[in-house]
Amino acid sequence: MSKEELEKSGRISELQDTRGSGPTPDEVEQKELIDRRMFFQGAAGVLATMMLGSCSWQEFFQNNFRRMTKGEIEQTVERLKAEYKQKYGKDFVVGTEGPIDATLFGYALDLQRCIGCRRCVYACVEENNQSRDPQIQYIRVLRFKDGEMDLEHSTIYYDPEEVPEKGHYYIPVQCQHCANSPCTKVCPVQATWTEPDGIVVVDYNWCIGCRYCMAACPYMGRWFNFAEPVIPADKVNVNTHYLGNRPRMRNVVEKCTFCIQRVRKGRYPACVEVCPVGARKFGNLLDPESEISRIIQTKRVFRLKSELNTQPKFYYFFSI
Amino acid sequence: MGRFFVGAAQRIIRGTPLYYVWVVFLLIMIAIGIGAYVKQMRLGLIVTGMTSYVSWGLYIGNFTFLVGVAAAAVLLIIPAYLYDFGPIKDIVIIGEALAVSALLMCLMFVTADLGRPDRAWHLIPGLGILNLPRSMLGWDIVVLNGYLFLNLFIPGYILYKAYNEKPVNMKFILPFILLSIPWAVSIHTTTAFIYNGLAARPFWNASILAPRFLASAFCSGPAMIILLFQLVRYYTKFHVKNEALFKIAEMIAIAMAINLFLLGSEFFKELYSDTHHLSPLEYLYVGLQGKGRLVPWIWTAFTFNIIAFVIFLIPYTRKRFVTLNIGCVLIIIGIWIEKGMGLIIPGFIPATLGEVWEYAPTLIEVLVSIGIWSIGALTLTVILKVIIPIELGEFTRTTKMAA
Repeated sequence: MSKEELEKSGRISELQDTRGSGPTPDEVEQKELIDRRMFFQGAAGVLATMMLGSCSWQEFFQNNFRRMTKGEIEQTVERLKAEYKQKYGKDFVVGTEGPIDATLFGYALDLQRCIGCRRCVYACVEENNQSRDPQIQYIRVLRFKDGEMDLEHSTIYYDPEEVPEKGHYYIPVQCQHCANSPCTKVCPVQATWTEPDGIVVVDYNWCIGCRYCMAACPYMGRWFNFAEPVIPADKVNVNTHYLGNRPRMRNVVEKCTFCIQRVRKGRYPACVEVCPVGARKFGNLLDPESEISRIIQTKRVFRLKSELNTQPKFYYFFSI
Repeated sequence: MGRFFVGAAQRIIRGTPLYYVWVVFLLIMIAIGIGAYVKQMRLGLIVTGMTSYVSWGLYIGNFTFLVGVAAAAVLLIIPAYLYDFGPIKDIVIIGEALAVSALLMCLMFVTADLGRPDRAWHLIPGLGILNLPRSMLGWDIVVLNGYLFLNLFIPGYILYKAYNEKPVNMKFILPFILLSIPWAVSIHTTTAFIYNGLAARPFWNASILAPRFLASAFCSGPAMIILLFQLVRYYTKFHVKNEALFKIAEMIAIAMAINLFLLGSEFFKELYSDTHHLSPLEYLYVGLQGKGRLVPWIWTAFTFNIIAFVIFLIPYTRKRFVTLNIGCVLIIIGIWIEKGMGLIIPGFIPATLGEVWEYAPTLIEVLVSIGIWSIGALTLTVILKVIIPIELGEFTRTTKMAA
C-alpha cells in the first residue's frame, strides 16, 4: 500500500515513526486529557496552555539555531521530521545547508515586464508552506495608476478580466533582504538575522512573537501566524529548509527567504521560475558576470524607499 | 523575619467590610482576565484585533502609559530627597509603591502581547540571548527591571529600618536614591526609543517623541498620585498634608504646559511641511480615506487635557479638591488615550505600503487588560496595607498583634 492509500484509509498509524521520537496518537490523546484536566486548575491551567503550543520538552529547551552543535541540529531535524510526519503523514526533508562561499544573493524585478498576474504570489504560497487559513502571502503586488508612484494611492485589491490593465502598472513587493536591515536590529532575542549569503532568516523556534520586527520593516516583509497555520496535507511541500519553508507554528513571525531551500541547492526561487514574462531575475551579486550583476551595471535600477538607507538587495529596473 | 510575615499576613487578611468588597471585586476581575488570557493562549493572537497591518494594540498602549506612571515617581523623589521638602518626603514611599505596581503591570502587558510567552526565557542573558546593545526592546527590559529593583530596594530598606525601629543610614541609601532619578527618566526615554528608532514609521520617527513622553508622563503619573493620597488619607490614619498635593498639582501644570507646547510643535511641523508624514496625524485627528475610528477618542483626550491644564494652572481651582480631582481624572483619561492607543495605532496607519487598515481591540483584549489592571490594583492595595502601618509606627518588630 502506498503512503497516500494508507492516508486515505485512515491507517496512518502504520506509518508511525517507531524510533520513539514522536508521540503516538494514544500518547497525544493521553496528553490532551491531562492538559484538559490541568486547564481547570486555575493558575496551573495557564502554564499548561502555554506548554500546549510546544509539544515536547526538547522543543521547549531548543537552542537558537546558530548556537546549536552539529549533533543538536541533527537531533532537532529528526524531531521535526517526526513531528511533520505525524501532522501531515508525509516524509519531510528538513535541510540545513549552509551558505555557499563567495555568494551574495540579489534579486531584480523588471517593472517594464511585470503584468500584475500574481502567479508569483501563489507559487510562493505553495512553495513556502504559508498558512492557507488564515492566509499569509509574502508577495504583495501593488497596482498604481500610470503617472504616479504614491504608495498611499496604490492598491493590492484589483480583479480584472485580464492583466495588464490599461492605464496601470504594477510593483510587486516582498522582503527586500536589506543589507542594513532594521528588522534584525530590533529583535530582542536575535531570532532573526542575515546569513552570510545575504538571506534574512527567522528561527521559528526561537522567535518569542513580540512583533517588533514587523513594526520595524518598511516593506511589510514580515508576517505573523496569528493562529495555528493550516496547510492541507496534499498541498504541503515536503522539501524544506530549517531556516526556510518548514511548517511554522502559531504566534511566530515568518517571511520570504528567497526560497533558501532552493537557492542553496543552485535552483531559482519559485517566484522567479513561475513568472510568465521573465520579469524576475535572481543571482549572485558577487559574480560580475551574473545576470543580476549585469542588470545592475547596465539598466536603470532603483531600490524601494532608498531614502531609509536600508540598502535592499532587491532591485527594481526597467529593461527598455 | 518570620514574625514580619505573620504580622503582614494578618494585616492583609483583616480589614473593614469595604476592604473585603474591594478585594473580592478585584479577584473576580482577575479571574475573568485569566480566563480570557487562557483563551488567547489556546487559540493564538487571532482572538485579538491585531493584524499584520496593525501588529500592536491595546496591550502595548497600556504598557506605554504605565511606564509613564512608574517614571513619575521621580517627581516625588526629587523634592523629597534632594530639596528636603518635608510634606512630600513623608509620602514618597507610597509613590514608590505605586511605581512598583505600575511596573508589574507593564511587565504583564508586554507578556500578554507576546505570542510565545513560553519562550520568554530566550530573553535571559546567558540562558537565552538578549540582543544588546542593538535592540531597544532589550534595553527596555534591562531598565524596567532595574527600576523595579530600585523601587523595591529603597522603600524596602527604609521600611525595614522602621520596622526594626532603627534609624535609616542615609549615607548608604542616598546613592541609590540619586541613581533612581536618572533611572526613572531612562525607563521612559528607552520606551519612547522603542518606537522612535523605527524609520519605517514616520509618526514615531520624530525627535520630539521622547521629550513628549516624559512631559505627558509627568502629567498622568502625579495625577494618579494625588488621587491615591486622598484615598489613603481618607481610609487610614496616614497623614498627607494639603500642601504636598498642591505642590504636585503645580508640577502637573508645568508638565502639561510643556506637553501641549510639544504637541503644538508637532502639529506645526507636520501641517506646514505637508508631506506624507502628515498621514498618520490626519488619520488620528480627522480620519484618512474615510476611516477614523480614533477621531472621537483623540478629541476627547485633547479636550480633557486642555480643561485639566486650565484647572491646574489657576491656583484657585488647583487648591479646591473638587476641581483638583476633576482635573486629575480628566488628565488620567486624556493621557491614557493620547499615550496609549493614540500613540501606538497611528504608527501603523497607513501601513508601510500605504494601506489604511484599522484596528479595534476585541473583548478578549479588553478583559485581559482589565485583569492586569486589577492585579496591579490588588498589588498596590496589599503593599499599602503592610507599609502604611510601618510608616505610622504601628507595625514594628515589637508591636503585638491582637489575636
